Amino acid sequence: MRTTRLRSVALAAVAAAVLGSLAACGESSDDGDGVTITVEGWRPGDKQATIDAVKKQAAAFNKEHPDITVKPVEWQWNAQTFPAQLAGGTLPISFRVPFTDTKGLVERKQVADVDAEVRELPYFDKLNPTVLAAAQGTDGKVYGLPSDVYANALHYNRDLFTKAGLDPDKPPTTWEEVRAAAKQINERTGATGYAEMTTSNTGGWILTTLTYALGGRMEAEEGDAFTATVDNPQTEEALQLLHDMRWTDESFSGGTAYDWNSINQAFAAGKVGMYISGSDIYNALVTTSAIDPEMYGLTAVPMGDSPDAGALGGGSVNVVSAKASEAEAEAAVAWADFFRVRKYTDQDAAVADAKTQSAADQPVGTPTFPIFDEASYTTYQEWVKDYVNVPLDQMTGYTSKMFDLTLVAEPPAQTQAVYGALDPVVQKVLSDENADIPALLKAADASVQQILDKG
Amino acid sequence: MSRVGGPALVRGPARRRTSVASVVARWWRGGAATLVFLLPMLLVFGLFSWWPIARTAVMSLQETNLVGPAEWVGLENFRTVLADPLLPTALRNTAVFAALAFVFGYPIPLVMAVVFSSLRRLRGLYACLAYLPVVVPPAVAVLLWKTFYDAGSGGVFNTILGWVGIGPVPWLESAGWVLPSLVMEATWAAAGGTVIIYLAALTTVPQELYDAASADGAGVLGKIWHVTLPHLRSVLLITLILQIIGTAQVFLEPYLFTGGGPSHASLTLLLLIYEYAFGSTTGGGDYGPATALSLMMAVALALLSWIYFRLTRGWSD
Repeated sequence: MRTTRLRSVALAAVAAAVLGSLAACGESSDDGDGVTITVEGWRPGDKQATIDAVKKQAAAFNKEHPDITVKPVEWQWNAQTFPAQLAGGTLPISFRVPFTDTKGLVERKQVADVDAEVRELPYFDKLNPTVLAAAQGTDGKVYGLPSDVYANALHYNRDLFTKAGLDPDKPPTTWEEVRAAAKQINERTGATGYAEMTTSNTGGWILTTLTYALGGRMEAEEGDAFTATVDNPQTEEALQLLHDMRWTDESFSGGTAYDWNSINQAFAAGKVGMYISGSDIYNALVTTSAIDPEMYGLTAVPMGDSPDAGALGGGSVNVVSAKASEAEAEAAVAWADFFRVRKYTDQDAAVADAKTQSAADQPVGTPTFPIFDEASYTTYQEWVKDYVNVPLDQMTGYTSKMFDLTLVAEPPAQTQAVYGALDPVVQKVLSDENADIPALLKAADASVQQILDKG
Repeated sequence: MSRVGGPALVRGPARRRTSVASVVARWWRGGAATLVFLLPMLLVFGLFSWWPIARTAVMSLQETNLVGPAEWVGLENFRTVLADPLLPTALRNTAVFAALAFVFGYPIPLVMAVVFSSLRRLRGLYACLAYLPVVVPPAVAVLLWKTFYDAGSGGVFNTILGWVGIGPVPWLESAGWVLPSLVMEATWAAAGGTVIIYLAALTTVPQELYDAASADGAGVLGKIWHVTLPHLRSVLLITLILQIIGTAQVFLEPYLFTGGGPSHASLTLLLLIYEYAFGSTTGGGDYGPATALSLMMAVALALLSWIYFRLTRGWSD
């Protein structure tokens, strides 16, 4: 009998402990004396050096804000797991979401309104309006602090260029040159000449990048209404180019089913000659895919002759969980300011950040896109030049042109859904030699219009 | 009197006590004990199976973001699903997957079990080897098969085919190849479990029947047709309906291998449900349509199972 009672007590204790530990996930507290928040720290798979660097930054922040305790945790944006994390209370209080997803989260009331907190920041009025727009809801309120802004760029493998008899210091500047280089790499090295992301909405993302580069657009805005313009000559030209590279040149020899992660891995493993992704992808290639810096090359996506040709820009918005209290939201914005943005306006912050990152062997100086303007970006580069450890001389194809590029924001309405509707179009062109491109575009246009009408 | 009255006075309450005790004992013996022992299972099932099913039914009539209060929308979610042009695609792909799995995946374990059971030596080893893929975690198995299916000439299958001058085959990257490729991996991954079930059933077949069949001049195929299969009939009927339900709910392979691509060629019903709720094709966050389609599918499968068992009621005797 006693044994049974003891067992019951022990079971109850274990159950209480389990429930307690479950409740502690996504822990935050606001006890009057101070506030404790969990924040996005590092990505799954990041090296220990990255984790240590973030922890050092958190310690510095806690010192600067004695009333706030920041606890960085491993986290990466994932649209699939986000709702469950939010509902289950395991989401960090502060985290980043891509520009493409912010408006959807705002519409579904899944992130907090931090309009007042962000507007109080000293540099708020200096934020690039195109960049700030990504953090605003349709009501004009600000729902986060933008950071990590990039323009899509062309990444190339310098080793494969050399092996194929191409000059790695003269990367392609037109689409004809990209096509010829891809073919040459494939023929002479057996590696994939050019690869393209096609799954998890990335197919639509990169197709939109190509369309923008040729001067087209995917949506037209008239007042409050949006019209699908997917069926346009530039998108057709882009798809025809992909079709010819796939079926005529056979430059996609290594396959076509890539997403953001797998194409990075394939590129870092030396299997891919060229691909398009954000200009700051070098950071992820270093911290997650352990790329050999010697092989890396970065250049601008070739622009068409159209005056509307531009580089698709993107980035992240530092948002706050919808479940955060007012004090937690304030603390979260303070952390985003400290960790992600302040360094671009404050020399001490810039140097301290670069010093910490550099000491932990984290990439410093990877080209991004100015959150403010060209002058502040250049000034920031000056402040941190002693700590730059990325091969900038292998990135001049991009850095020499980045300020001449017209940054074009992603399709403003239903961005991810629009990209999702375009994925099958890209996949069809790359998987079916006889794909009817005009018919595909007509159907995709109708499908995107339906998404836009649904709102 | 006192002796008479005494016991009578005592007997009254004693009888009542006996009566209460016996009621409790009867109650205990008559099912309460069972109920108490069942309680943990009922709680676990209630919490993790029946409650979510009930919530699904409720959510299919609501619009919710899982944070704020839900809004009742009647049958709107069902209308949205039925009007979705992707529904016929998903339905067709699921049906093709189920049909391919029936044609190729269903007979293979049976053939393997019959062959293994006829072996005189190393039967256990072969059964163990057949079961091994079941032990491999599904995500690991998919990663492994991804290298087999690599579309480049360096992929494992394409290298082998290259030796005889075939290929390279775009296993997962062509609308024509993708479903057969998924069925092949799914069969590899699941066949071992069914083989074990068949092997267990085969041990119940009396050896005398085979001897008698031999005496009547039956060959190997004759013995299988006239002795083995009739004895396995009830097991075969069960594994068939389990396979139909399983393949109708196929999710893991298309999700991990292709995400439904290329160009929706491997989009299945379960993947569409996932896409509504968490995915990209529809923008995600549509929990109402996701639960509506889940409910429709559950009802359809329950109905199918009921019809199946009605039709096959006499066959397993």
